[in-house]
Amino acid sequence: MPSEKKKRRPVLVQVETPNLIPERDLGTIPVLQAEHLGIDFGGLTAVDDFNIAMGRTEISGLIGPNGAGKTTIFNLLTNVYKPTRGTVLIDGYDTAGKSVAEVNRMGIARTFQNIRLFTKMTVEENVLVGFGNTMRSHLLSDMLRLPSHWKQEAEYRERALELLDIFDMRKYSDTLAGNLPYGAQRRLEILRALATGPKVLLLDEPAAGMNPAETEELMENIQKIRDEFQIAILLIEHDMSLVMGVCEVVGVLDYGKIIAKGTPEQIQNDPRVIEAYLGKQEVK
Amino acid sequence: MDGVALIVSQVLNGLQLGSIYALVALGYTMVYGIILLLNFAHGDIIMAGAYILWIVLAQLGLNPVVAMLLAVAGCTLLGVVIDKVAYAPLRNAPRLSVLITAIGVSYFLENGAQLIFGADAKVVPSFAPVSSIQVGGLSLSFVALITVLVTALSTVVLTFLVQKTKLGKAMRAVSEDMGAARLMGVNVNNTITFTFAVGSALAGIGAVLYVMAYPQATPTMGMMLGTKAFVAAVLGGIGSIPGAVVGAMLVGFSEVFVSAIGLSVWRDAVVFLLLIIVLIVRPTGIFGRTMSEKV
Repeated sequence: MPSEKKKRRPVLVQVETPNLIPERDLGTIPVLQAEHLGIDFGGLTAVDDFNIAMGRTEISGLIGPNGAGKTTIFNLLTNVYKPTRGTVLIDGYDTAGKSVAEVNRMGIARTFQNIRLFTKMTVEENVLVGFGNTMRSHLLSDMLRLPSHWKQEAEYRERALELLDIFDMRKYSDTLAGNLPYGAQRRLEILRALATGPKVLLLDEPAAGMNPAETEELMENIQKIRDEFQIAILLIEHDMSLVMGVCEVVGVLDYGKIIAKGTPEQIQNDPRVIEAYLGKQEVK
Repeated sequence: MDGVALIVSQVLNGLQLGSIYALVALGYTMVYGIILLLNFAHGDIIMAGAYILWIVLAQLGLNPVVAMLLAVAGCTLLGVVIDKVAYAPLRNAPRLSVLITAIGVSYFLENGAQLIFGADAKVVPSFAPVSSIQVGGLSLSFVALITVLVTALSTVVLTFLVQKTKLGKAMRAVSEDMGAARLMGVNVNNTITFTFAVGSALAGIGAVLYVMAYPQATPTMGMMLGTKAFVAAVLGGIGSIPGAVVGAMLVGFSEVFVSAIGLSVWRDAVVFLLLIIVLIVRPTGIFGRTMSEKV
């Protein structure tokens, strides 16, 4: 896309002090940035002045009470909702005016709180849909089954199976996604998102409905993905053990605004966070 | 021998009519499957194909092969243009708006054709190479045989396209969850336009085969044909490809059967009665899945 070149702009967002980007990622362009991001629905301000700058291999968490605007932020970052105010940069490129599919190709992918797999397609096909945007393919050669096409298809199938291997899901490759056990569906959603080749992966409540053992495994998987793919991961989660265990930086959202930001330790002891979750103390 | 010949020729007639309905019904079902739109203009694409054949064969006097290719290409193009001009701007509009637009497009095409070509039927010169072939002492209609063969081949190619190609996977993904498909980098707009192109190409093939059997073009010829194909798609379970073919065969065979027993004035009534019965007994059609609520 040549138009992206034009829209590349200097990175203006100054990271708040104390600097929250992990030290190893300093000196590179933040992979995801949002600047004064906000959206109004009618008269209601759902998100206001949301700022983030994520290092290229950072794992961050977004927490907050129900209705705080966490999923809305995911929708803003992926351009599903057009922001009323502010800017989103993916790897330094502005997402304004791009379609949702184009923004995905710029390097952002997500999973869903309520799983949204293509249930009537096989596990392997789900991954292949994710690969779609990188696949060079022409209908004519598809139809004529040219040797080069065969070769390419075999290559993509092999890549899909390799991706499934990450979570030990090769055995399910021909199963319909809708027939998978719940935990496997959650893992497949992550793999399908990874297939699109993201630089930053958004996970919307990945531990929802999981027991502590599964959550433990998920934590390992999240770190494994970061280490193997060298990508950034931003997750929304209610399960504090997961957030505190895996995230390097945590932001707390309340009424559409970030009220606190810091390391998990800082957040756990922040009175504003406790207030947002438990309410203000009546007796001073 | 006469009895056998009669049965064979009636079965072949049923298959022929069913095949033409199937080609049209596939377009209905594919478009419905992907954007839940009943594309009422779909039948009129057949009409456009018939006029293309008339222009190329009767007016320009070109080779029938050229005429057939132009008809299919013209129908494909028309389908894509209709989508781009009429439906694409309404991708995020309520379904009812798109449905009403489809009815509008249908009227536009029918009245446009009447304005350009007049209301009288244009006779298309016969372009079938032979009228019948002999198989084991039976004389079989060539047009009927070729119609059945071409339809069978088209269905196989379509199934391959939907199941195995990248675009087919994108189509299925969009049809199941358009939002999720977008977020996985699928170009939804192009995928939908492609679906229209394929559906209209099938309608173009249908037009060629239909005109081969009934060699004339009228502005409203697509109306009844489209309605019957729509009934076929609903019978089979709209959105389902095998359903469209099975539904079309049911419609084709019941029409031929009703005519064969001497009740040809009742053939349309019987088709719609069949639809009513299926809708009462199995509202989602033969191959239809039970609807589940989308959250």
